[in-house]
Amino acid sequence: MTRRQRRLTLIGSALAAVALAVALVLFSLKDSIVFFNSPTDLVEKHIAPGQRMRVGGLVEEGSLWRGENLTVRFALTDGSHEVTVSYRGQLPDLFREGQGVVAEGALDSYGTFQADTILAKHDERYMPKEVADALKKHSHWQGEMVKTNTTAPRGAVQ
Amino acid sequence: MIAELGHYALMLGLGLALVQASVPMLGARRNDPVLMDVGSSTALAQFAFVATAFAALTVSYVRSDFSVLNVFENSHSDRPLIYKITGVWGNHEGSMLLWVFILALFGALVAAFGRNLPERLKARVLGVQAWIAVAFELFILLTSNPFLRIPDAPVEGRDLNPILQDPGLAIHPPLLYLGYVGLSISFSFAIAALIEGRIDAAWARWVRPWTLLAWMFLTLGIAMGSYWAYYTLGWGGWWFWDPVENASFMPWLTATALLHSALVMEKRDALKVWTILLAILAFSLSLIGTFLVRSGVLTSVHAFANDPRRGVFILAILVVFIGGALVLFALRAPVLKQGGLFAPISREGALVLNNVFLVCACGTVFVGTLYPLALEAITGEKISVGAPFFNSTFGPLFVPILIAVPFGPLLAWKRGDLLGAAQRLTAATGIAAITIAVAIAVSPGGPVLAPFGIGLALFVTAGALTEIVERTGVLKLPLSTAFARATGLPRSTWGGMLAHIGLGLAVLGIIGETQWSAEALREIKPRQFVSIRDYELTLESMATRSGPNYRELAARFAVHRNGALIGFMEPAKREFPSRETATTQTALMRRGLSQIYVSLGELKPDGSVGVRIYYKPLVLLIWLGPVAMALGGALSLSDRRLRVGVPKPARSKSALAPAEY
Repeated sequence: MTRRQRRLTLIGSALAAVALAVALVLFSLKDSIVFFNSPTDLVEKHIAPGQRMRVGGLVEEGSLWRGENLTVRFALTDGSHEVTVSYRGQLPDLFREGQGVVAEGALDSYGTFQADTILAKHDERYMPKEVADALKKHSHWQGEMVKTNTTAPRGAVQ
Repeated sequence: MIAELGHYALMLGLGLALVQASVPMLGARRNDPVLMDVGSSTALAQFAFVATAFAALTVSYVRSDFSVLNVFENSHSDRPLIYKITGVWGNHEGSMLLWVFILALFGALVAAFGRNLPERLKARVLGVQAWIAVAFELFILLTSNPFLRIPDAPVEGRDLNPILQDPGLAIHPPLLYLGYVGLSISFSFAIAALIEGRIDAAWARWVRPWTLLAWMFLTLGIAMGSYWAYYTLGWGGWWFWDPVENASFMPWLTATALLHSALVMEKRDALKVWTILLAILAFSLSLIGTFLVRSGVLTSVHAFANDPRRGVFILAILVVFIGGALVLFALRAPVLKQGGLFAPISREGALVLNNVFLVCACGTVFVGTLYPLALEAITGEKISVGAPFFNSTFGPLFVPILIAVPFGPLLAWKRGDLLGAAQRLTAATGIAAITIAVAIAVSPGGPVLAPFGIGLALFVTAGALTEIVERTGVLKLPLSTAFARATGLPRSTWGGMLAHIGLGLAVLGIIGETQWSAEALREIKPRQFVSIRDYELTLESMATRSGPNYRELAARFAVHRNGALIGFMEPAKREFPSRETATTQTALMRRGLSQIYVSLGELKPDGSVGVRIYYKPLVLLIWLGPVAMALGGALSLSDRRLRVGVPKPARSKSALAPAEY
């Protein structure tokens, strides 16, 4: 092979790898990203049951109910609307009534959100940012809820 | 007094960094040895002062001096000494000080051990290193000063988030920082080479040990963080594709690519421009990681918007350094002429393939990490990009790398023989094929891709061993000859083999854990049991205990296998009154390379308790693999140092003259 051919082979295969990466990214971005909604969005957007997404808000005081076999139900509110979340498993250490959490899962046909993941993040003073934004949008925001320099070397604490 | 001393030392450190950033550069330009020498002395002095500042903050923590705001916010007098010390870097200000401390440490190491470096290159490397130091020392002094005092000193501190009070986390940040701040050295070398407009194989020989050192720590740091998350978070996950994790993984991927391309450059004088670019990218990704973690942009857009000084400052550092480096690269790279030719199928070709795929894989992680931030900043729409995205992009890109790994070392430089390499890998391929067949037979209807994953992992591991078998001739030659050959092999060959075996083992652990774990989620009362795989866990008793700064509910499980008692496990749930938080203390029992994992949930009024029990096959390999990789790095480094110690040929006139003209 000449120098030129060698170079072309190299550049060609590198481009092929890049093209593969781009294709994978585009394909996956279409399929495997999850949108975030507030309880109000659920009402306003008429979201179809079964569509995977995240919902965030405050756990309503007094709404936590523990059933048999580690099933829990609680109401998630953004101040204007609320949605009932059902989950089976252990709640994260930082889960508490009155605290912001994010649930991932889908609505069932009765309008209950069936979560398979509950996220409550690190610090007790810290609120997941989506929740903070959602609350702010619906004007239930209190500035102190966010500590500005919260530090934890890792993110999600499920 | 101590805090003021620290503050003052840091300011002096900044002053010295300013001198180090300018004088040696000027000296290198004028070819003035006296001015160039200033670089080494200021680098050592700067390190001394930054170390003093760091020591001052540590002393404030150890003494629980709550008149220092940072200590008040993050420490507590009840806390054990070790966690008082680790509290230093368990917060924003302190961890930035650790960052700068490590940066100065690496500068000082170059000054102290870089005696063999050409004077001008050394002066410029130290100069560039000082530019970074100036930027970050200014950042600390202007926006994140850990030495601020509170007028009326409180009696007690607010304590560290209890989840951070853990031996794993005590050493995780220093390891990680040694890794990604260590990449600053490769960056400084790259910039220095671009300023010089010259680069040769000797350059690669100096850069490689530094990159290797940083890479080792980064590998250990990431593995440590992963293990910490695994046992603290209480739900058995070990990698979450969380932005904070990705922030350390991206530099690791590029540093891995850099290690391999620097090898090509050192041995064959090829891929120069690419190696320089990788060195710039690796550190740029470290800076981006620092930005993501330290600006508050991930924790909350509002925190970022409310106190934008920090974020904007780091963003400015990013733009100046990454932008500046890339501009310089664009201007100077054409000057660096390409060296050695090679055929596409050759050792070089395999390393290029490795590089291309590593960088592409890193690119997908980059997109997945930053796309949600960009989308939210631009459209306000909130999305989360989670594990499914990374699994379906990063996964497929990593498969070709794994297939290619065993081929690389078996191909000759310049022009390789693919067929020959494939023949020599017959044994490895056979092992992989048999394993796949057995795995499919043993778990019919199980996960479809898992057997192939296991096969691939064993192919990588066996392939790495093949190289050593081939090179020592252990199967063909008399044992004494093979032994003599084995001792004659360079340590870097052994190191490379060990690192590749580590990769194979890690993949094996990942596949085993993700595809064949068993999970049981139950609510049980004392004397009831849960069975998982061959094991039976009986809840014997529950008790409440108190520790130095917590109360805990502990459960005691007896573990039986086929009716025989094999041990006890004691998971607990801890409450920290000073922070009103709880943590889960998981109990782990090792069975070979697998683990039984128990975490405790809520205690219900009727006396039953929620438990989560896992059986995780081969899970330990996930972390032992990286440990083997790091050991391989260390082995290779011990070899390199010997060779860097005798660089006389490289310092000869011909090497110092522009190599390419």
